[in-house]
Amino acid sequence: MKLNNGTNNKKLFAYWPIILFIIIFSIFPFVINAYWVDVFFFFGIYALLGLSLNIVLGEVGLFDLGHMGFMAIGAYTTAILNVNFGIPIIILIPISAIAAGAFAYLVCSPIIHLRGDYLCIVTIGMGEIVRLTLNNNPFGVTGGPNGVFGIDFPSLGNFFVVDNSVKFYYYIWIIVGVTIVGLVNLQHSRIGRAWNCIREDEVAAESTGIDVRFYKLLAFVLGAALAGVAGNVYATKLMMVSPESFNFMESCMLFCIVLIGGMGSIPGVLIGSAAISLFPEFFRTFAQYRMLIFGVTMVAMMIFRPGGIWPRKRGAIERKSILTKAGTENG
Amino acid sequence: MKIILEQLLNGLTIGSFYALIALGYSMVYGVMKLINFAHGDLFALGSYLGYTLLVFGSTYVTATLGIWGGMIAAILIAAIGIGIAGTLIERIAYRPIYSVGRLPAVVSALGASIIIQNGIMVVWGPRPQAYPSQVVPSVMLNIGGIKITLLQIIILLISFMLMGLLYYIVQKTTFGAAIRACALDRSTAALMGINIETIIFFIFALGPALGGMAGVMVGMYYRKISFIMGWNYGLKAFTATILGGIGNIPGAMLGGLLLGVLEMLGSTYISTAYKDVFVFLILILVLIFRPTGLLGEKVAEKV
Repeated sequence: MKLNNGTNNKKLFAYWPIILFIIIFSIFPFVINAYWVDVFFFFGIYALLGLSLNIVLGEVGLFDLGHMGFMAIGAYTTAILNVNFGIPIIILIPISAIAAGAFAYLVCSPIIHLRGDYLCIVTIGMGEIVRLTLNNNPFGVTGGPNGVFGIDFPSLGNFFVVDNSVKFYYYIWIIVGVTIVGLVNLQHSRIGRAWNCIREDEVAAESTGIDVRFYKLLAFVLGAALAGVAGNVYATKLMMVSPESFNFMESCMLFCIVLIGGMGSIPGVLIGSAAISLFPEFFRTFAQYRMLIFGVTMVAMMIFRPGGIWPRKRGAIERKSILTKAGTENG
Repeated sequence: MKIILEQLLNGLTIGSFYALIALGYSMVYGVMKLINFAHGDLFALGSYLGYTLLVFGSTYVTATLGIWGGMIAAILIAAIGIGIAGTLIERIAYRPIYSVGRLPAVVSALGASIIIQNGIMVVWGPRPQAYPSQVVPSVMLNIGGIKITLLQIIILLISFMLMGLLYYIVQKTTFGAAIRACALDRSTAALMGINIETIIFFIFALGPALGGMAGVMVGMYYRKISFIMGWNYGLKAFTATILGGIGNIPGAMLGGLLLGVLEMLGSTYISTAYKDVFVFLILILVLIFRPTGLLGEKVAEKV
């Protein structure tokens, strides 16, 4: 993102779809009713989760079907520390991220060498272990199946309190926006290139000197930390957390977000999360048939657009940067 | 001592359900390299098919064939029905996207799973259904102080017979050799004159048929079925598949039985609330020390 290069008006003009998108999103809550503002808040949560899984699944190609486990760690960290010790939510955002990231580092270090479907089942197992453990109320801190409730709103002193739907809408979308800027930069960095190289061919990546184990772990830790942030926002919006929100079905939905949108593509993740979160709402009139229609759409989508709706065009930017670099080195 | 034996028998019964479902996962994965997420829901559909036959046909079926005849009839109908459903799903949801890689097939499989699950909900209603008591045999046996129902013995017998039959087909017949050849290398198998289409057809008929039969037996054993039970059993059976080594037929049987016994012993001696945690921990530990599962062979990495 070279948006800060404001003097170059021609370049700025090239970003008009993004600017239009931002403007539409800013005025959006004033033209829809409160119900749809909440729907779009959950669209934002799914977008954040989709972006976090996109790091692991889309960029590095690691099958992670237990991603809700990381979100659960973040949400419960926020809930327990806020309810029991009264720590403000804003301070808990980095703490939740660190907790989820540290958890991912601990669980993933011994299993990171597993490949494909074996990694997939281990992450499923990990997610289920987290959910079942929270459900069993260890040491009496997680509240069992009822969960923890009475979580504060995010606030900075008394003058800035996020306490209604519209404020929550801006709150989540600002977080999503900042995350997207960071991730786009990450995609074009040395780390992003290493990740894509591992995804395309792990053996080749290792032979060119990429520390495969380190970069895979880094992806898991970063993805988990982002999911932890999503958990924090989710907990403060609902004001309560319970283990059933983090079940296997939700992890599968996140997996679908990344694949429906297109692997490793950030606009794709946004479209995928819109599909997953808005689609069931549009079809509410069909009542009990809506999930049936949803399933049919998923199958049809994969038949007609197996690469996702907006697959990432790899190479366009990288090739240019390599060429210019080679040009400067030669000349 | 008595408790251990009783729990072992209970564990073996549950384990045989897991093993029957796991066989379907393993066969499909072996040939197609695809995790058939819809398999667990096909199992639930089998359970509902058996239920429908026994409830709405009980005046004919149970009256003419007797309780045991009715049970066998329900199992056979479920097997045929789910076999057809499995091949249909393969035709509609998987066949068009084989050529584009593995990940789209995963989403398609999840979509198929949602379709079946919600289809069951729309047809049979969202509330759990119960197998009526007049169609389920309830004879208690007391063998040397160990209490066991006759139904449990019959379930174990049927399961082991089915597993033995499948083992015979896959390991000893020419057709089985063709299946194994496809699992090793599909394109070379095609060059050797094996009709891949036929193999895929039978894989997607046989695997789900076994799952459907397990569905009826689970319904008989627990008496209560619900439309979401496919996820639960599917997840456990998939765990069993990986535990034994995915794509390996004896491995799936061993993994299923082992998982059932471990689950039962874990819930008796450690904690009922943590029995699933225990199961997944065992799985993770096995995979850390034997990354290809218990019976899985180490395959050389293709470069």
